[in-house]
Amino acid sequence: MKKIQEEQLENQDIEVRLVIEAIYQKYGYDFRNYSQAHVKRRILNRLNASGMTSLSEMIHEVLYNSKFVDLLLMDLSITVTEMFRDPSFYLALRVEIFPLLKSYPFIKIWHAGCASGEEVYSMAILLKEEDLYSRTQIYATDFNPLIIKQAKEGTYPVNRIKEFAVNYQKSGGKNAFSDYYTTDNESAKLLDSLKKNIVFATHNLVTDSVFAEVNLVICRNVLIYFDRQLQDRVIRLFDDSLPSGGILCLGSKENLQFSSYYGEFNPLIAKEKIYIKKYPL
Amino acid sequence: MAHRNKYEAVVIGSSAGGLHALKRLFLGLDSSFNLPVIIVQHLSADADNYLINILNDLGKLKVKEADEKEEPAKGYAYLAPPNYHLLFEPDRTFTLTIDERVNYARPSIDVLFETAAEAFKDRLIGIIFTGANSDGSKGLKKIKEFGGLTIVQDPDTAEVDSMPRAAIQTASVDHIATIEEIAVILNNLSE
Ligand SMILES: C[S@@+](CC[C@H](N)C(=O)[O-])C[C@H]1O[C@@H](n2cnc3c(N)ncnc32)[C@H](O)[C@@H]1O
Repeated sequence: MKKIQEEQLENQDIEVRLVIEAIYQKYGYDFRNYSQAHVKRRILNRLNASGMTSLSEMIHEVLYNSKFVDLLLMDLSITVTEMFRDPSFYLALRVEIFPLLKSYPFIKIWHAGCASGEEVYSMAILLKEEDLYSRTQIYATDFNPLIIKQAKEGTYPVNRIKEFAVNYQKSGGKNAFSDYYTTDNESAKLLDSLKKNIVFATHNLVTDSVFAEVNLVICRNVLIYFDRQLQDRVIRLFDDSLPSGGILCLGSKENLQFSSYYGEFNPLIAKEKIYIKKYPL
Repeated sequence: MAHRNKYEAVVIGSSAGGLHALKRLFLGLDSSFNLPVIIVQHLSADADNYLINILNDLGKLKVKEADEKEEPAKGYAYLAPPNYHLLFEPDRTFTLTIDERVNYARPSIDVLFETAAEAFKDRLIGIIFTGANSDGSKGLKKIKEFGGLTIVQDPDTAEVDSMPRAAIQTASVDHIATIEEIAVILNNLSE
């Protein structure tokens, strides 16, 4: 009994690796250093939902059906996000980090792995309320072109607005959240004035190089999906993008502690996973 | 057959009524009990460290929230952070994810149990406690399939019986017992 289970597991793991390899060789998306347990779950969920009978059949679909690959890409992206997610983080930005940026004539911010944009628009609102937006450039990137398209639109189902508004207030919002969108019965569209200084673009943290030199990098809830080696690569990318004194913000369960680049940064607000790049000695 | 030194980790799934159940289990553990314990307790998404502190103060195991990439150690108990799924990698380190809820839950017991079964195979003990849903049944079944030991709190003694009942219906279970009896079983299986 046990032996059969173990052999099945071994074969299943090989097949999952072959699916990932097929995606990589055919489309260039590299999931080989993502969390194995996570990638496997997503692929098996898709297998169940698709009506296919085996992972070998899925490999065929990956190679011959680009529509199916779009689906799989979404499965592997995990684009779950919200506006002002972890309000205490945004409060810390407003109260403790923005004062550091105020002296800069021009501020550049990079949101890496921005998903459908909620986090980016939250930042834009924050900057506006603190009178910094007009001299800020925001780069918002994600590797998934479909999700970047949604981010550009900045339109969200109305049933999410309540949660966003609650988060906004908890994060120290100064106005009514309803000041920032127009709505019909189904969706809420964020104001165009919020989009003015945002550039949305596709960028893959695994395979692309430095995107721009910036003062602040925000990459939240992306690194948890990567293995150690890949996390190191991405932290290095951020290190290369930031000058001394630049700020790096990670997700609430992410940590620089185990990274090879830990020595390059000091925790600034440890609880919120906000780090500052050290000055050379 | 179950014998000492065989097992390398204990996973526990617990929901409504779980705080009390976990406390009673910890109180029943010998001070020499030293298998790593990994717990999914369903909590609200913004729950604080209340449960961790309570269990830690019992002085039996050191209790902390599971960190991503961490490898569980002897003498420690780990709780899945609220609003994250907790998974085991094949190398027995933790992964946290925020994929959609499973069985309306995040963290989901099934997600932890299924990945733990693959990582620990027959060296795992899986336990289902009180709860008002059926999360964990599939995971417990998988633990059994891989040769692990499966234990369920006796539904008649559980604060809320649907989760243990569902587990008993789905998986073939090695022990159905009260919390105090489960503590004794664990003490005997720890080296
Ligand atoms: C869980 S979302 C996080 C969204 C937002 N940052 C937040 O914290 O709410 C993770 C995002 O990372 C993106 N992502 C995953 N792998 C990536 C990669 N290699 N390069 C760039 N983005 C990636 C996914 O497409 C997804 O949108």
